[in-house]
Amino acid sequence: MSVAVVLGVGVLGGLGAVARFLLDGTVSRALPGRAFPFGTLAVNLSGALVLGVFSGAALRGDAYEIWGVGLVGGYTTFSTWMLESHRLSEERRDGLAALNLVGSVVLGVLAVWLGRQLG
Amino acid sequence: MARVDRRELAAVFAGGFLGAIARAEVAEALPVHRGQWPWATFLVNVAGALLLGYFTTRLTERLPPSAYRRPFLGTGICGGLTTFSTLQLELLHLLDDGDVLLAGSYAVASVVAGFAAVALATNLVRQS
Repeated sequence: MSVAVVLGVGVLGGLGAVARFLLDGTVSRALPGRAFPFGTLAVNLSGALVLGVFSGAALRGDAYEIWGVGLVGGYTTFSTWMLESHRLSEERRDGLAALNLVGSVVLGVLAVWLGRQLG
Repeated sequence: MARVDRRELAAVFAGGFLGAIARAEVAEALPVHRGQWPWATFLVNVAGALLLGYFTTRLTERLPPSAYRRPFLGTGICGGLTTFSTLQLELLHLLDDGDVLLAGSYAVASVVAGFAAVALATNLVRQS
């Protein structure tokens, strides 16, 4: 990757992370007291939809690096999804933890597929 | 929208900047070929889950409160390093090609390894 692409990935990755932080906070405040991590689910499914659109639009090369890997990759998160599932399980909410793990994968593949149809 | 702490956003941005570049470098070093196990995504995701389990447990249970460490290290770096969307796109590509067994193994292995990584890091911090 050229320096320009690396910087582009970094800047858009940073903006994606900020967008995740803001949306997660907004959803969590809108649904106070809910044990299920709807904020991260909203971030991950919307990000999967957008990456599907990029895939459908055949985004390639540097453009894919910056927008797909940088922005959408910085926006969606695997680690928080795992942490929240683990913490649910620790609180003996194993059903919700399993639903979060399996449901996110199934809905995520559907979101990416739907995005590709739109792209 | 609630009041936003700009310094907190700056910490998230800086972490996301570094995490996204690290992930892009790993993806370039380990290119994914159709029909093969997507190693780059798998490795950054499991490593990021391990780091997030470590940082979060240590910062919330072991260290005095700090305003910007968790947004920088957890939300920013670990969130920027790991990806949900690419994992899902790779699953869709494997299903497109009829590699149902590989897609299923990749999904299950990612979730099991990611969850185990968080559990391991959490326990390590609590035992130390």
